Parts: sequence; C-alpha cells; structure tokens
Amino acid sequence: MTNSIAGGPRISRRALLGLGLGAVAAPALSACGGVSTTGADGGSGSVAFLSTQFTPVEERQRFEKILGERVSAAKVAYNPVDSGVFNSTITSQVDAGKVQISLVGGLHGDLAPHADRLMDLDDLAGTLTDRGFAPDVAGLGKLGGSTVKYVPWMQATYVMAVNKKALEWLPSGADPQKLTYDQVLEWATAGRAGNGGKPIFGFPAGPKGLYHRFFQGYLLPSFTGGQITTFRSAEAVQAWEYMKELWAVTAPASTNYDFMQEPLARGEVLVAWDHVARLVSAPKDNPDDWIMVPAPRGPKGLGYMLVVAGMAIPRGAPEAEKAKEIIKALTTDEAQIDVLRENAFFPVVDVTPPETLPPAIRLEAAAVQAQQNADDAVISLPPVGLGAKDGEVSQIFKNCFKEICIDGRPVQQVLDAQAQQLNAILDELKVGCWQPDPAGQTCRVL
Amino acid sequence: MARRRPGRSRLPAPLLLIGPSLVFMTVLFAWPMVVGVAQAFTGDQGATLRYVQRMVDDAYFWPAMRNTLLLIVVLIPLQFAFALAMALMLRARPRFHGVYFYIWVLPLAISDLAAGLVWLSIFTDRGYLNSVLHMLGLQPYAWLSYQNPTSLFLTVLIAELWRATSLVLVIIVAGLQGIPKDYDEVASVFGATYWQRLRYVILPQLRPSLQVAMILRTILALQTFAVAQALAGRNFPLLVGETYYWYNFLQNPNVAAAIALVVLAISMVTAVGYLRLLRDRSPGAAR
Repeated sequence: MTNSIAGGPRISRRALLGLGLGAVAAPALSACGGVSTTGADGGSGSVAFLSTQFTPVEERQRFEKILGERVSAAKVAYNPVDSGVFNSTITSQVDAGKVQISLVGGLHGDLAPHADRLMDLDDLAGTLTDRGFAPDVAGLGKLGGSTVKYVPWMQATYVMAVNKKALEWLPSGADPQKLTYDQVLEWATAGRAGNGGKPIFGFPAGPKGLYHRFFQGYLLPSFTGGQITTFRSAEAVQAWEYMKELWAVTAPASTNYDFMQEPLARGEVLVAWDHVARLVSAPKDNPDDWIMVPAPRGPKGLGYMLVVAGMAIPRGAPEAEKAKEIIKALTTDEAQIDVLRENAFFPVVDVTPPETLPPAIRLEAAAVQAQQNADDAVISLPPVGLGAKDGEVSQIFKNCFKEICIDGRPVQQVLDAQAQQLNAILDELKVGCWQPDPAGQTCRVL
Repeated sequence: MARRRPGRSRLPAPLLLIGPSLVFMTVLFAWPMVVGVAQAFTGDQGATLRYVQRMVDDAYFWPAMRNTLLLIVVLIPLQFAFALAMALMLRARPRFHGVYFYIWVLPLAISDLAAGLVWLSIFTDRGYLNSVLHMLGLQPYAWLSYQNPTSLFLTVLIAELWRATSLVLVIIVAGLQGIPKDYDEVASVFGATYWQRLRYVILPQLRPSLQVAMILRTILALQTFAVAQALAGRNFPLLVGETYYWYNFLQNPNVAAAIALVVLAISMVTAVGYLRLLRDRSPGAAR
C-alpha cells in the first residue's frame, strides 16, 4: 500500500485495466462504423472498393498489387468480404442514402439482387467497346433490364483436363476439342477396357466436390436446354440415363475426389471435368503431357457454366467518376492478364494470353476461350438469388446423382420426387429463373 | 412485521438452494429445447409441418435412421459382452491387471474425431490394413467405398467398439467392486459353478450398474457422429451426422432441429424402456 502512495504518478492497476479494455474495445467498436471505412482504408480521397472476390489474404495482396500498378486515377481501398456482409452493406448504405463505397465487385449472383441499387453504366460501357467483351458476358451485365448495371470484370468456368495417355482410346473421328457426350461415353468405356479394367475417367463427387455444377450447368442444359424448368422432362430422363452409363465406367473412388487436380496429378485417373481453379495444378509438373478441352456437346448444344464477376457503382457513390476510371483500368488487357496470372481468373476481354503465362494457365485459357466461342453454346449461371438456399438446391442435384447412379433407382421416379422437393424450396424463395431457363417467370420445375 | 418473518424465510430457503441449478437448467437446457422444438415446427407463416415433411422426404433420412438403429442393436450387446468379460477377467486379478485396466481404458481419453481419424488411416484405400494385405500378397480391398456397405458398416462398428467399450468397462468394474465378496464365497461353498455364481449372484447385484451403463451407452450410441463422419462421411449416414449436415452445409436449421428432435425422442423412449425392463421385480427388492 505504501508503495503505491509513494509511487505517486504510477498508474494504478484499475487504470491499466481500463486502458487495456479500451484498447481492445476501440477497434471492435469502430468496426461497427461501416465496412468500407475500416479494413483497407486508403486514407482520404481513396475509392472504397467492396468485393466478394479474393478474400484469401494472399489473393487479396496480389490483387492489391495489381491495383497499385494498373490504376492511376485514384488510390483504391480494396475490401473483400463474404457475400452476406456484401449484401447487407450495399442494402443498408444505399437504402439509407449514406453511401461510402464507390465501387462494388462480385459474381453475377452477388450483384443481381441489387439491380435497383446500382447506377446505370451505359455511358461507361459505350467507352469500353474497344475491350471486346464477349456479347454473352456483356449481356449479363444488364441484369435482365434494359440498361447496363455492371461491367464484366473476370470469369471462371469448368473444363476438362486430359492426360495425353488417354487419347489412344479416343473414338475414331472424335476431335478432343469438339467432343459430344456420346463420344465421351464411348471414350470412357474404351479407356476402361484398354486400361485393364481400371477406369480412366474421374468425377469430383467427393464431399467438397463441385459435381452438382456438372448437372446444373453441363449435363442438363446440354440435354434439355434448361436447368430447373426442365428438371423432370423426358430429355432430363435421357440425360440421367446417360449419366448412369457414364458413371458405370467412371472411377468408383470419385466419391472421394474433391479437387480433380489431385487424382489427375497422381495418375489415378486420366480425364476429368472440374472448375479451372481445381484443375490448374494437374499439369504443373509436366505440362506437355496434358491438354485442356471444352466440355462436350449434347443434343441441345454445348452447355457450360459461366462464373462471371462484374464491377458496378452503387447509386449515390461519393466517388463515382473515379470508380469509372478504375473500371476502365481493370478492363485493360494488361490488368486482365495480371489477374489471370496472379489469381487464375480469366479475362472477359478479347486478349490473347501471352507466352509468358504459366503453361497450365495457357492450356486452360485456350479451353476456356474455345468453350466460350462455341457457336452452339448454352450458357448457364450458378443459381441466382438463392442466398443461403444455394446449398439445398445443389443438394437436390446431388441427391439425384446418388439415387440414380449409385443406388440405381428408376430415373423418372427419382426426378419426380426430387422435383417436388426442389419446388418446395423454390416456392418459399419465389425468385426469377436464371440462365438457361427463361428469365422473368418465377422459377419452378414444370 | 414480526409475524411475517417466519413465513418469509420458510419459502425462500429451499428456493434459494435449488435456485442456481434451476436458473442453470432453464437457461442452458429448457430454453434451448423450447427454441429447438419451435424451430422444427415454425416457419415464416407460423406453425408448419413443412420441415418435418422435408426431413421425412429426404433421401438420407431413412438410411440414417436405419443405420443408427442397426448400429445400436449390433453394437450395444457386443460392447456389454466384451466389457463384462474384461471386467470379470480383471476381477480374477491376473498378473499385471492394473496395466490391462489402463490399456483398456485408454480409448476413453481419446477424442472421438481423433479416434475416427486413427481408424481412417487404417481402413482407407492406401491405409495400414491394405498395406499389410498387399505385403501378404493379397488383393487390397476398398473398405470404405460406398460400393461395399457391409465393410463400411463393419469398420464403423469396429471403431466404435474400440472407442466406447471402455466406458461400459469402467462402470461395470466400479459396480463389481461394490459387491461384497461374501455372497460369492457363500455360493461357492455351497457348490455353485462359476456360471451359476455369475448368473444368480454377480449379475443380479450388478443390475444397477448395468442399467446405468446401458442407458448411457444407448444414448451415446444414438449420438455417434465423429467416428462415422471421419470414416465414411455421408456414405454411412447417421442421424446426428444428418443434423450436422443440414445445419452446417445445407444451412437449414429447421430441418436440423427436426432431426435432433427425432434423436431426443428415441433417446427418451429407450431410456424409459430400459428403466422398466431392468426394474427389480423380485419380492425382496428394496424398492
């Protein structure tokens, strides 16, 4: 006791405690002040860029470096958040009329619910005609309306990786760049027979695999031209019968495969379809042994899923003009190639990937481009507007796979039962259909 | 004032004593349970059976139910047979019986998930078991493939047997220690065989311990999750695993709550069933 009196100016324990609490509480409290002002604060005069992309810290740092090098119009405070925060931030700021963010970037599905909160960008799009956006991609930016709501930023999709060893079993007359679903089945069957009964095809049907996207964006659109509306049509039955046959000659261990690049690189399978980001490591060690090819075609065309990200400006953005300059800078060939090289998202502009890119990415870029330029392409989008129900809708497609291909149940019966469940979810949500289903109507299985 | 004092102090004393546990139970047990039940039966537009319908219609629900019950029916008798045999062996006090006891109880100290991962490293396609088979010149076998449901079930059964038998053992050993040796000695003096002594002397006195172990084990077996999850994932669906899946991956807490209620209902029915089944009906029973 005497000590503390004698100490005079010494800080008491209580004061220290208070100080400590304050130090802990200050950042926590200031975080409530709005997402855009914290995290990546570039100081005054900087443009706040809210995004759902590049949330992993390495990706974010690489993208910030690109921003620093390619954007000269303004300092950009890049703030990647998950889509829940993204939604609530845009909604609350725009609806309250107190907008702090000037630029938002997200997948088509992230931006679509906010069409009314985004500025029309027709004037900006008019100045960007030289970029050579693919018409399909650019058209998505209207979000179903008549004016441009977002400018394409970057894209990803799913393609097939093929080990050249598998080419010897390719059916005669088949062009690996222009396969049909029937040829794929023939190939997989011949491959298994030629490989001593060991299947050469793999499928990402593991717990974290993206195989539901194959049904949603590839198999069903190629056979039926739709995703949800045609879910239980006669063509869909045909598609699932096909899937059953393909599964019979696919590696059974596929139910453990999450990222196809791993079994491909290990040589367990030779051919596989997956997301570009999940195939990119397969050809890393010996790129000359690999080719990447577009997805196959079905009776209705080449169905493929386009994962497209766009940039938009919220209504009432404080730095709208600077934001437009940033969009211009990020859609230049150089910036697009930088993003491809650093973060493996593909350009949306018409640009030839330079020779200096890593070979695996060059292989993929060619396949992505071929897929996009196919004249009979049927584009699908990842489900739009489902929010937290995306997992449940995807599960319906996984259930179909399990019951039809693994349990061997009758196709029509399974589809009817799953359609009922799908409609139960969709009736609750009441969202409009997304591509390839006709837009406008409330989405439902017919 | 003076007259009210005794009345005032008579009521609060017991209330004060049970107060903390009452608050505890309300906040941490009753309230979440009410919320859980409400979650399973209410949607945006008030009361609904929609989520129960979703649960029942789901492709994984009935297999999960079947697997859970099958696991209990096969696992519990096996565990009791093993645990009883082990406990009786320990009772005979062989050499190093202390060491045996510690080794047998070891799994109790290991987390479910860790145990599941250990067994996964044994049974997985390129795991220890297949390596041994390969060394012996035998064909490796896909133990955990969805194509081999029997081996899938057996691996989960073995892992659970290994992991959870020790709990039964500990309870039975404790129960055995509480039985006075006199009865057993008297029986052997009168010429009862070992089996007769086991059947008519030891087991009846072990009844309370067995009852406790049975209820505990069945409820815990209903909650089997981490081991099966690690070994088989959704290839071998179990009820609690489905709860986790619906809550976590499908982000539908309502259906998850409905499945959890099914687990609760089965637990309660089996617990009551055991209590009635194992009630001591002999005339000399204390209660």
